[in-house]
Amino acid sequence: MLASLEGAVISAILVLTAMGLSIVFGVMRVVNVAHGEFFMLGAVLAWVVTTTLGGHPVFGFVAALIVVPVLVGCIAAGADRLILKRVNYDPDRTIVATIGMLYIIQQATLMTYGPEARPVEAPFNTRLSLPWFEFGDEGFQMIWPWGLSITSYKLFVIFAAIAVLIALWIVLTRTKIGLIMRATQQDSDTAQAFGVPVGKVYSWVFGLGAGLAALGAVLVVPIQQAHYLMGGDPLLLAFIVVIIGGLGSLPGTVIAALLIGMSDGIISVFFSPTLAKIIATFLVAMVLVFRPQGLLGRAPS
Amino acid sequence: MLELRDIHASYGQVKVLFGVSLSVAPGEILCLMGRNGAGKSTIMKTIMGQVPAAEGSISLDGKNLHTMPPHLIPKEGVGYIPQGRRLFSELTVAENIEIGLMTRNEGADTREWVLELFPRLRERLSQVAGTLSGGEQQMLATARALCLRPKVLLLDEPTEGLQPSMIELVRQVVVKMKSEGYAIILVEQRVDAVLSIADRVTFIENGKDRETVAASELQSDPTKLTKYLGV
Ligand SMILES: Nc1ncnc2c1ncn2[C@@H]1O[C@H](COP(=O)(O)OP(=O)(O)OP(=O)(O)O)[C@@H](O)[C@H]1O
Ligand SMILES: [Mg+2]
Repeated sequence: MLASLEGAVISAILVLTAMGLSIVFGVMRVVNVAHGEFFMLGAVLAWVVTTTLGGHPVFGFVAALIVVPVLVGCIAAGADRLILKRVNYDPDRTIVATIGMLYIIQQATLMTYGPEARPVEAPFNTRLSLPWFEFGDEGFQMIWPWGLSITSYKLFVIFAAIAVLIALWIVLTRTKIGLIMRATQQDSDTAQAFGVPVGKVYSWVFGLGAGLAALGAVLVVPIQQAHYLMGGDPLLLAFIVVIIGGLGSLPGTVIAALLIGMSDGIISVFFSPTLAKIIATFLVAMVLVFRPQGLLGRAPS
Repeated sequence: MLELRDIHASYGQVKVLFGVSLSVAPGEILCLMGRNGAGKSTIMKTIMGQVPAAEGSISLDGKNLHTMPPHLIPKEGVGYIPQGRRLFSELTVAENIEIGLMTRNEGADTREWVLELFPRLRERLSQVAGTLSGGEQQMLATARALCLRPKVLLLDEPTEGLQPSMIELVRQVVVKMKSEGYAIILVEQRVDAVLSIADRVTFIENGKDRETVAASELQSDPTKLTKYLGV
């Protein structure tokens, strides 16, 4: 139970990060190797925002939650204009270009922010015990066992991720912006022939993808400290999720994030984090062998 | 009036158009004919800005299109029905139409008008476009372009793979648009279909316009068809 809640927290962060990667790949056909660095940038900027503002942790945190994803999104959109557009979104060259972006962001952070890991205080962090149901001597009863607890902040992370996902889903399926994004995803040339400014859509999408990673990072810094090398793990996990879920398939991404996050949480608690990684990697291999297009991906026609 | 003057264009290193000139006036149907690979579709893509014009000019009512960012060209009133339809196949019929309407901020009246023209589409608004039959897909591609209320309509092989009754429907719509004053450029392989509706025919060969003749002239003297198409 506790393990699955830990897993849910991991899933929540993972689903946001992977969703960003998946949207960028889906719409732009760009494999964004720098995605993890946008995540890191989100965490580091969250630290910057909360420490410069000072004051009550809630105030700083809420400010970071709003400002940081937007800021990271703008940086990413700028990088799209400046770099990806110049290589014409050529699949091979964008990989090299985003690898370049990865090192630029990482080293720039090292030079300015430094090599330390710094914590961000959680806005609220009360421990909540969770009830447990049991059939005891007096029949069905509710007990409050020791050790079965979660912090209110972790619960908040789970609900925040769910809220963001729902908002994202509504934007994608119910709004004009979403319609334009989906049309661009399916056939960018034809979308352009119907007045869609594809270049702008790409910049927005790249910004949105990075912003989602940054949002995940802002949510995670109160649990895990901000460090300039923290982008590697989320990138790897996000790739695993996106491959298992099916490249560009958003429902697939959600399901795979749950699968990987939950198994990571549960296996890490009962066995070891290394075993969790081994199993995740094994899953990827299995998916690649038996269902190369991913769980919910479509086979190329 | 849409006018192309001495257009040269290439895909990367491969040059495909070597100086194409043509023009079409409102209420006129110009048909492009030529062998496979002659460059007919490329001419249309160049008008839409999908393939940049390396040399030459394209103007619509005196306004230059070849210098515009590609996404602004349809907003000038150029409706494009690409070869192979190119629908947004995972979007619904309604969403495909919506994209067309958004291009030039057309509203509910245009939507009604288009659905009047193609009642079959109205019955299938929530169906995913990729699951439509070939004929229905062609209707949708046409409807989507008409949603712009365009001045110029570009149709690239609209009858490809359709049965006779569907070809007749496409023909009727094209004739109707002509009578409403649209300038129409039509790429078509089937000689009988061309001769019955086109005003003028431009023969394209190896990326160049060879000759433009009145359709009536071809009807009485089909030697040019033999010369350029080998039929
Ligand atoms: N995307 C592309 N990249 C490179 N070459 C291309 C591309 N599209 C078309 N071509 C080449 O350009 C030439 C003209 O092609 P185009 O599609 O314009 O011919 P077409 O006259 O429309 O032929 P069809 O009657 O078969 O439709 C062909 O030789 C084709 O191979
Ligand atoms: Mg063609």
